[in-house]
Amino acid sequence: MISGKVQVDINNIMGRKKKNIFFLGIVIALSVITVIPIILILGQIIIKGIGQINFNFFVQTSPDSLQAMTAIANNQTIPGGIANGITGTLLIVIVSCMMAIPLGIMIGIYLYENQARKYSNFIRNITEILQGVPSIVLGIISYLWIVKNITHGFSAFAGSVSLAIMMLPLIIRSTEETMKMIPNEIREAAFAMGAPYHKVIFRVLIPSGFSGLSTGILLSISRILGETAPLMMTALGSSVINYNISLPTSAVPLLIWEFYNDPNMISLVWSSALFLMLLVLSLNLLSGRLTANQKTGRKR
Amino acid sequence: MNSDKLTKTILFTASLLVLIISAGIGFSLLEGSMPAFKEFGLKFIITNEWNPREGSEVYGALPFIAGTLITSILALIICLPLAFSTSLFIAEYFRNTRVSNILSSMVDLLAGIPSIIYGLWGFYTLRPFIISLGLSDQGFGIFTSSLILAIMIIPFATSLSTEIISMVPDELKEAAYSLGATRLEVIFYVIVPNARSGIIASYILALGRALGETMAVTMLIGNSNVIPTGLFSTGNTMASIIANQFGEASGLKLSALIAIGLLLFVITGIINSIGKFIIRKFS
Amino acid sequence: MTNNLINIDNPVFKVRDLSIAYEAGKFAVKDINADVERKTITAIMGPSGCGKSTLLRAFNRMHELYPNIKTKGSILLNDRDIHEMSTIELRRKIGMVFQRPNPFPTMNIYDNVIAGYKLNGIRLKRDERDSIVEKALKDVTLWEEVKDSLLKKGTFLSGGQQQRLCIARAISFNPEVLLLDEPTSALDPVSTAGIEDLLVNLKKEYTIMLVTHNMSQAARISDNSMFMYIGELVEYGKTDAMFTNPSDPRTEGYLTGKFG
Repeated sequence: MISGKVQVDINNIMGRKKKNIFFLGIVIALSVITVIPIILILGQIIIKGIGQINFNFFVQTSPDSLQAMTAIANNQTIPGGIANGITGTLLIVIVSCMMAIPLGIMIGIYLYENQARKYSNFIRNITEILQGVPSIVLGIISYLWIVKNITHGFSAFAGSVSLAIMMLPLIIRSTEETMKMIPNEIREAAFAMGAPYHKVIFRVLIPSGFSGLSTGILLSISRILGETAPLMMTALGSSVINYNISLPTSAVPLLIWEFYNDPNMISLVWSSALFLMLLVLSLNLLSGRLTANQKTGRKR
Repeated sequence: MNSDKLTKTILFTASLLVLIISAGIGFSLLEGSMPAFKEFGLKFIITNEWNPREGSEVYGALPFIAGTLITSILALIICLPLAFSTSLFIAEYFRNTRVSNILSSMVDLLAGIPSIIYGLWGFYTLRPFIISLGLSDQGFGIFTSSLILAIMIIPFATSLSTEIISMVPDELKEAAYSLGATRLEVIFYVIVPNARSGIIASYILALGRALGETMAVTMLIGNSNVIPTGLFSTGNTMASIIANQFGEASGLKLSALIAIGLLLFVITGIINSIGKFIIRKFS
Repeated sequence: MTNNLINIDNPVFKVRDLSIAYEAGKFAVKDINADVERKTITAIMGPSGCGKSTLLRAFNRMHELYPNIKTKGSILLNDRDIHEMSTIELRRKIGMVFQRPNPFPTMNIYDNVIAGYKLNGIRLKRDERDSIVEKALKDVTLWEEVKDSLLKKGTFLSGGQQQRLCIARAISFNPEVLLLDEPTSALDPVSTAGIEDLLVNLKKEYTIMLVTHNMSQAARISDNSMFMYIGELVEYGKTDAMFTNPSDPRTEGYLTGKFG
């Protein structure tokens, strides 16, 4: 026995309990503060943007500064819309997907089939590094590779390349994770039936992993939808609707940037921002739904 | 048999593309920055001047390196208490409750907002607010940008920490409670020591994210090519100078911008690798 | 219910009408009335799911960590209602050892033993600390084996040694009571024997309550035994008497292996 028993110090206990509650209070307060911005941001976009959204918003191309100025002077809503941005985004994203999705899935499957190899670990590390490259650096790269050397000028294709490189690591990672979740017995059963490798991939692995793969794809698309910086130096922007990937093309974030820089176009800023937000959020929700369905085992 | 071999080869070739792209990125950045480095040498990195005047062009990266580091580190400092509290809220205090799920979803929402929209909100709402507080005339500058950056990186700092904290085994916590510890003491003497490496790694990764952020910072930092001297002085980051000037740049200026891109690539790569290394080493 | 151990002299615990429910209406433990004799080993045994762990954890209010658990009735420690003390004060008088050895992995052996003080913010002088650690480790017969490795983390210790470390951690605080929840079920027979010998020694200083799913363990080392079945305290009395001549047919069924 040490000298005397340790006295139960009532004051000490009260002090510790007080500290305990105080800390909980701080944690709750800071957590609330953390989510306040999201409420403010979404709120502001919805309130300010909803006014300018009408049918024309979707079908007309963006107005120029003069048109906007005239409209404001006459107290009218600014004419035009963001049709060039919407079609541009569509074009650029589709081309990105055409490049990144097949490639990403193939690489993901390769990593899954060759789990333990040193080479695979190496590729995984490189993929992680690629994921961390700032989007503006990828814009520079696409400028050097595509704008300079291939399309000899700003182009939608250059924009797609930069975005495709952004999508690639996400798709690779989600493909590998999805494949790992497929029970090995299914794969082995397919091989045991003598199916050729590519059939196993296309008829068994990919269908089994469909929702996981879709989730990864949707998430990577929602990631690139809002990217502005790389597009500024690759697709550049355009005031007309364009379907030629070797020409400069508009995109929704690019239009937001243009509107932001022109004091006459303020209301269009908010409506296009609202549109972009809704697009990104619905993709996120969709992929969240898919994940939930996957977990409960229901087919969509 | 033959078709199988073909399939395997195709898959392998695909994997090579990752290598080719990454190597290509490094290579092109180096190639593009060569003219700048040839002209200014490695001193480019520490030169504090950005003067595009014809005939006496001098370009240096120092103001932008300073701008990037200051805003990112300040953003991390601001984000730390917020992200740490949020992780504790979700993974410990209110684990598995409805409130925690709601909070978690809202934090995820933060991650989905595009950078340009943060910039818009920062410009139209945050800036006037800071002006109204009397902290700055124009509202641009280091503080505003760091604040926006902090909000942007909170989801990254939170998600990994939350996962790690919730993985601390119940039995360790129970052992501490059975010795008479309060919740706060269990957090600091048991949970944090056991989750320490994961928590640190998540902050490092959040830092890596902040370093490369472009649009929101460009819209709020004030765009002056000097090393920022005070909390509310304006400046520029590596990303924002590229965003601002790349479009019309050519020749030496273009090369200088590419060189800055190279520096950004390297710095971000190093920070992210440190973060991943810590995760791997201690898990 | 046959209970020979109620209203005895100077019990450590008095349990009155204790019921514990995980969900509305679903009782894990029902209407327990018992006294726990001082400085003895009381075994709590019964088939899986009979509520023995639940009962044990009520004594140091561990259930309060899980908000959906409701407790009714009372437990008195030395005639004081444990729900009227602060949990901190209560848990300093009661030490707990868990089924799987769980020394704190980020602390070395020395710090593990002294963890109770550190967690409670009690600062001790260097020589006080040293003597507490030495005594606790000697009491669990671990001192000779680890005295030269006190600054190492406990992960190199065997399961049995780790469990002894956890016991040392629990007794370093000089509690009155030691609660053990199946402390040897994860250990090999040799380590188990070591722990059993240790407990028999420790009862000179501490009142020990031991949940065990191994009735021979109860027979070997306990003075008194509780037999629980589906949340009820079916029989409670001196171990020897209960094992040789159980009063309740359910007790007899369990002891003779008819179920459990």
